Parts: sequence; C-alpha cells; structure tokens
Amino acid sequence: MSIHPQLNKNGELQHLLTTEGLPVAILRHILDTAESFIGVTERDVKKIPLLRGKSVFNLFFEPSTRTRTTFEIAAKRLSADVINLNMAVSSQTKGETLLDTVDNLSAMHADMFVVRHNQSGAAHLIARHVGPEIHVINAGDGWHAHPTQALLDMFTIRRYKQDFHTLRVAIIGDILHSRVARSQIHALTTLGVPEIRVIAPKTLLPARVERLGVHVYHNMTQGLKDVDVLMILRLQHERMESAHLPSTEEYFKYYGLTPGKLLLARSDAIVMHPGPMNRGVEIDSEVADGSQSVILPQVGFGIAVRMAVMSILAGN
Amino acid sequence: MHICIRNGRLIDPDSGMDRIGDLYLAEGRIVSIDSRPEHFHDDRKIDASGLVVCPGLVDLSARLREPGLEYMATLESELEAAVAGGVTSLACPPDTDPPLDEPGLVEMLKHRARNLDRARVYPVGALTQGLKGERLTEMVELHDAGCVAFSQADAPIANLHVLMRAMQYAATFGFKVWLRPQDMYLANHGVAHDGEVATRLGLPAIPVCAETIALTDILSLMKETGASAHLCRISSAEGVALVRTAKQQGLPLTCDVSIHHVHLVDMDIGFFDANCHLMPPLRGLADRDALRAGLMDGAIDAICSDHAPVDDDAKLLPFAQAETGATGLELLLPLTLKWAMENRLSLPEALARITSYPARILGIDAGQLVAGAPADLCIFDPDAYWVVSNAELKSQGKNTPFLGMELCGRTRFTLIGGHVVYGW
Repeated sequence: MSIHPQLNKNGELQHLLTTEGLPVAILRHILDTAESFIGVTERDVKKIPLLRGKSVFNLFFEPSTRTRTTFEIAAKRLSADVINLNMAVSSQTKGETLLDTVDNLSAMHADMFVVRHNQSGAAHLIARHVGPEIHVINAGDGWHAHPTQALLDMFTIRRYKQDFHTLRVAIIGDILHSRVARSQIHALTTLGVPEIRVIAPKTLLPARVERLGVHVYHNMTQGLKDVDVLMILRLQHERMESAHLPSTEEYFKYYGLTPGKLLLARSDAIVMHPGPMNRGVEIDSEVADGSQSVILPQVGFGIAVRMAVMSILAGN
Repeated sequence: MHICIRNGRLIDPDSGMDRIGDLYLAEGRIVSIDSRPEHFHDDRKIDASGLVVCPGLVDLSARLREPGLEYMATLESELEAAVAGGVTSLACPPDTDPPLDEPGLVEMLKHRARNLDRARVYPVGALTQGLKGERLTEMVELHDAGCVAFSQADAPIANLHVLMRAMQYAATFGFKVWLRPQDMYLANHGVAHDGEVATRLGLPAIPVCAETIALTDILSLMKETGASAHLCRISSAEGVALVRTAKQQGLPLTCDVSIHHVHLVDMDIGFFDANCHLMPPLRGLADRDALRAGLMDGAIDAICSDHAPVDDDAKLLPFAQAETGATGLELLLPLTLKWAMENRLSLPEALARITSYPARILGIDAGQLVAGAPADLCIFDPDAYWVVSNAELKSQGKNTPFLGMELCGRTRFTLIGGHVVYGW
C-alpha cells in the first residue's frame, strides 16, 4: 500500500478523499476533464462508455439528495452500473461494522465506492481497508472533507473568473462544522488564490483556523470589502441548541448575505452556495436569485466534475 | 530460593547508585550487594554481564480489563505482558465492568492476580458507586479489601459537591484520591486537542481549559477538604504550570504523565490513526515540551504506561468512534529509555520516574535496590534493539502508535519476590 492516502505509487489518483495535499496538476486535470464533459451533458444522447461494465456503489450512511443524485447521474452518463445503498436504514442499524459492510460489497465486485458518512475519517478508513482494484470517493465525511463539492466550486470559479492568482475569496458561515469549507480552503490554496477570508462569529470557527492559510474576519462589513467570490455555507438549526448561536434571526442580521452587504464586494463578484439553502438565514432570496448568484450553475457543474473524478480514477 | 545475580550494572534510582556488582537474593528479598553473605549457597546464578539490574517497574495505570471486559484482555495476558515489560507492581483503575466499587470484586481480583503469580496488582477503588459521580463507595471496606487509593478513572463527577464530600470522606481516613482533571462539559465528547490538527481533520476538540479548569477545582477542593490528591495523566503546558505552583504552595499533591504524551503530539494522528486516539488527547509540541520539563523539575513525579489493551475491531472504526487507549506495559521501559536519551538524562534519574517515585505515590515497599528490599527486579539489556510488532507483544491488545517502530531496551529477566517470573 502506498504511504500517501490517495495517490498510488506512480503518483496517480487512487482515491479522492480530500483536497488537502492534492497535487495542483491533478486538481487542474480534474477541472480540464470536467470541462470536456460539459458538452456531453448538453447532448441529446448523454452517455459515454468510459465506465462500461464497472460497478459504482453509492454508500450513503447519512441522508443526502443532491450529492447522491449527481453522483448517480455522473456514473450513469459514464455507462457504469450504479447501486444506491441507503446505509442509514440498512446493515449498520443491524449491528454490522462499517468495514464488514465494505468487505461484503467488495465481494460483489465493486469497482468504486462513493462514501458519505457522518464521521470524520470514514472514507480514509475504507480506502485503507479495500484492495488496490477498488477506488474510494469521499462524498463527505463528518466535518472533515467534501472534495467533489470543493472541486465543483473551483470549476465554477474558473468558469466565471478565469485566473485564480488575482482573486480575493470569502467563505462565510459555520466553518467549524463544515467539511465543505475545509475542502474549499485547501483547493483554493493549491490553485494559488492569494487571499482567502473566513467570516464567522468566534463560536463557528475552529481553533487556529488561520494556520490553514486564511484571514479571519468576524465582521461582514470588513470581510466582504473588495471580494471577488463569496462562498456561503449552510447553517444547521442544531447550532442554536448547542449554544453556538442565539437565533437564526440574529445570525441573519449580522452574517446573512443581503443585497446591501453584497454591495461591499466587487461589483462583478459571484455568490456561491453548496446547498441546500436556508433562505432568510444565511442568504437573502434576492441575492440567491439575483444576477450575481451562480448557485444553480454550480449544481450542473457538479455532474461534470463527478464524471471527471470517476473517469480519472477508473483510468488509473 | 537463593539467587546470585552476577556482574550486572546495578542501579538504585533513589541513591543514584550505578555500578557493576553482584546481588544476592534470599527469602524473597535482596540480602546483600557485592559481598556474599555467609553460608549463601546459590540455587541459581544469573549472569547479568552487559545488563542493567534495577528495581522492578511500578506502573500507576494499567487496565487489566477484568472483571467484565475479557474480550479486550484478561488478567493472564496482561500480567504476562507486565512481567515481559519488567513491570512488577501495577495499579489498575476501577473502570472495569462492573466497576471496582465493592469489596468482593476487589478481593476476587486480588485473589485471581495472586494465583497467577505474576506482577503485583494494586487496585484503585471507585470513588463513587458505579463511577456515576453520585454516591460514595464504602471506601474503608474497599481499602480493607486491598484498594490503595480511590478514583473515578475517566468517568467525570459533574457535581462538585459530590467531589468535595468524596475528598472529605477520603481525607478522614487518610486515603488518597486519584483524579484525572477534565471538565466533562468543556470536553464535550471531543476526541482531539483543540489545535491545528483537529481543525484540519474536522475532529471534535477538547480545549486545554477542560484540563486547567478541572485542575483548579481540584486544587481548591484540596485546600477546602485537606485531602491528598494524585493527578493522573496531565496533558497540557498550562496544566503542568498549575501543578508546579500548587506544589510550591505545599499542597499534598503528586502527578503522573502517560509515556505516550512524553513522546507523541497531535500531529502523530496523521490521517486518522485510531491508535493515537488517547484520553487525554495528544496535545501540541509546546505541551509535550512542558510535560518533559515538568518531569525534569519534579512538577510531574512519575511516568505511567496508561496501558489500555483494545481489541482490533474496536480500533477499526472512524477515529472518533474508535475505543480510546493504547497498550503500554511492554513499552514503558524502552520509551522511558528513549526519553532519557533524548533529554540526556542519566539512567538512575530516568528509572526513578518508573520505579521509586511511583512506588512512593502508591505507598508500597518497592522501587529500591538496597539490602532488605523486596527482590522485585527488572534485568534489562539497554542496547537491545527490537521492532514493536503484534508477534512481539504479549498483551492481548496490539494497539499502539509505536507499532512498527524500532525501540531500544528489552527486559531479559523479571523477578518478583525472589522468583524469576520472566526470562530463562
């Protein structure tokens, strides 16, 4: 087994577990490959045979609609056989361990596992465990990583902004509990974005977050000034019960993205959100549906990016 | 049984004795150093040329998993591991199933251990019934059954009133209370140090203040109640500073650190290595340096193995769900030697932290290499390199962050009460 958690001994992508430490060449290759798939998704016949005869298992230990669906569509467009397993109501509740489940599915000749789990490190654990013929894609593990979401965000930024080296990007919201934010920060850093900001109250920031290479702001007025890209995070309602925040109302007042606050950013700034959105909590409807929002295109790009990741993994 | 140990490098940590010599054992005790007593006919000679002869190790925290957790380990396997590691006396925390909160359980444990004729077992009794932090245990009865101190293991006491009463009651009878300082609400189910690594890996974190605030509570309650306390497995630089100050003020306080925390930091978690899921969590580099400094200046008295054998399945889980702990009995000696080498500490000074100092905390007659002392000995090769592997470990738990690492220092013989219980 390779020492690197997600590269094989030739330095190629064996698994996609995190954007942290992902070589910039591989990252760019994924984005370029996704670009070539954009045409496919717009054709009448939307299938290409790159994954014909391969089995992709969607292992979702946590509920998800958007991510699971886009993975399923991506795999089907590549002509793979897709098996969806809603593990939240399956063997895990019958007491089977995570790795036993994986072993059983491996015995059914799986080629690829797409894993969503509420525990940080679950995808790493599975990747360490499976044989060299199986590829693991992390579709979100706990608070740790959600690399395909970050990659589709990078794809979106590149579509609208071209050069990463001149950008000022702000990530706004619950950084502490966000696997999306962590993966975005690593991907942006790798692609050479010179200034990444995180904007949140202190209760929603992890310790020493600045060590990830970000500038910390607690105030939207200062944090949004002259920003090119705004990446909004979803706010979970549990945060009120765990004493992270007093109320969604107060959160919206200080950290919700309103048209007025958006004026602080550059006039050509784009607004992104990984979904699902809480309108009136982290984002105002007027902004979400406004001309600077690229939230819907993001979803479409998600299919092309996931096709790219799967086809690259299958080729290695 | 009369045994003559010849030509060994004799080390007595307390006196600082460190020289080549012979040791004569009879009736379970050391009867003479260097000069052969009159009419001494040795039944056995042990050639200790090139080997260190020191008091058997005294470990302040070794989980034996009995009663109730035999799927993780058994007395047989863990006491075998103890003597293979040169450990001749060990204290076991009360977090068994059921917890050690009744005299019968303690007597049974002592009885089972005695019959195995391996390391001497000193149970630490539960401070509260079921370790629930609500009602006091029958401490006097437990003491009479063989408990050397009282502790909550890793279970918290949320209600400080209960902790105060427990300390008062223990102080009434002169019993020592052993506590691991960690505020349960601040720890809040965290699994890693609140620093860059937990932030990168997205792991729920335990801030340093979970330790310092609990410590401050304990220190205040010590002043209030007059109880003596032993702090288990301190982990942070700020924690060490508080202990140092409290000792300077003359509080009757002792403190230990786990050998893992002397060597490892949160960075060692790497990509979610569940063997590094320890409690307290591995902290930062500055904390580790402060723990080492605390050992040097006496703020921290002793090093323990914090032995916690875990079955493989319980570690083959996502990091936060994996059982905490690492096997340690067989690594205490080589890892202490490694620390001594890295900090340029003399062998007697280093060995004191795993022999005479912990013996004093336990209040037992052990940890000395002098005429008249019990013949509990560890004879080890200080230059033997070995690789930590499943096959090499006697403990039923193979879970250690040091798996695959080459360490130096290996026990050749272990003697308890003048009998060779390990080595040939």
